[in-house]
Amino acid sequence: MDVIVNGERRDLAPGTTVADLVRSLTDATGGVAVAVNDEVVPKAAWSGTPVSAEDRVDVLTAVQGG
Amino acid sequence: MTTTPTTDGPAVSAAVEHDRLVIAGEEFGSRLIMGTGGAPSLQVLEEALLASGTEMTTVAMRRVDPTSTGSVWDVLRRNRIRALPNTAGCFTATDAVRTARLAREALETNWVKLEVVADEHTLLPDPVELLDAAERLVDEGFVVLPYTNDDPVLARRLEQVGCAAVMPLGAPIGSGLGIRNPHNIELIVEQAGVPVILDAGIGTASEAASAMELGCDAVLLATAVTRAQEPVLMASAMRDAVTAGRLARRAGRIPVRRYAHASSPAVD
Repeated sequence: MDVIVNGERRDLAPGTTVADLVRSLTDATGGVAVAVNDEVVPKAAWSGTPVSAEDRVDVLTAVQGG
Repeated sequence: MTTTPTTDGPAVSAAVEHDRLVIAGEEFGSRLIMGTGGAPSLQVLEEALLASGTEMTTVAMRRVDPTSTGSVWDVLRRNRIRALPNTAGCFTATDAVRTARLAREALETNWVKLEVVADEHTLLPDPVELLDAAERLVDEGFVVLPYTNDDPVLARRLEQVGCAAVMPLGAPIGSGLGIRNPHNIELIVEQAGVPVILDAGIGTASEAASAMELGCDAVLLATAVTRAQEPVLMASAMRDAVTAGRLARRAGRIPVRRYAHASSPAVD
């Protein structure tokens, strides 16, 4: 299924969860947040939240700035 | 690493020790808030942060880059420096609120440095969007520290909607132009019931001291340190400048006079 991850279209296996997706992008355990279709998904819900086809998933982290 | 003068008597030591910056009930020993943008490497950044003595430091929120190594978040955590997420890059209140929510989730803090800028060219705050975002974030329980124009009226409005501090600019972000309108900064300080943090525009140490002499409660800067030729030395200079400016403000400067006033006794 096609999912938009950080602005790029990716083909993910059905059943992929937010937690799976985060692990595929970064091995950081802290300092990361996820929004699916602009709604924040709390960390505690990552492993229980599957992503759906055409979802827009943004995975953000703290970087140098300000 | 530190260059704390050893000649301070107990009165000065006590005056510095007990003079805490308080924002939303949280106490800080340092009145220098650092940013992290522009440092040549994480290692230089870490050394500069330590030299600055800062206890709170801003970070930005961006999409994860799978190729990047090391993280500013780890640097702050291992040095027990509080992370203050910003909403840099947001042009509307809606963008800023979304970014603040993500930052709260990522960094486990409800504090946010609120930036809503009008355009890429000046990076000046958009007052209408800023006030709107501030109000919405306060309603959601955030501790809001807004980066604002040096406009006493806007500063008052931000305080009225519940911001925990106001952070007027000295000059545009990264410009190093210093404090372009010290009179407005004084007006903001005079009326404010929350801490005033001079944010943006500082280029060198004398300007940080000047901000404190004008009555600001703290200074927030990044570029002046991170893009200095020797960031760690400048960080140390900034730490001392903020302390010196604060002490001078508390000491009460002499009035400015037009003519000489002899400091030695008159000849008999």
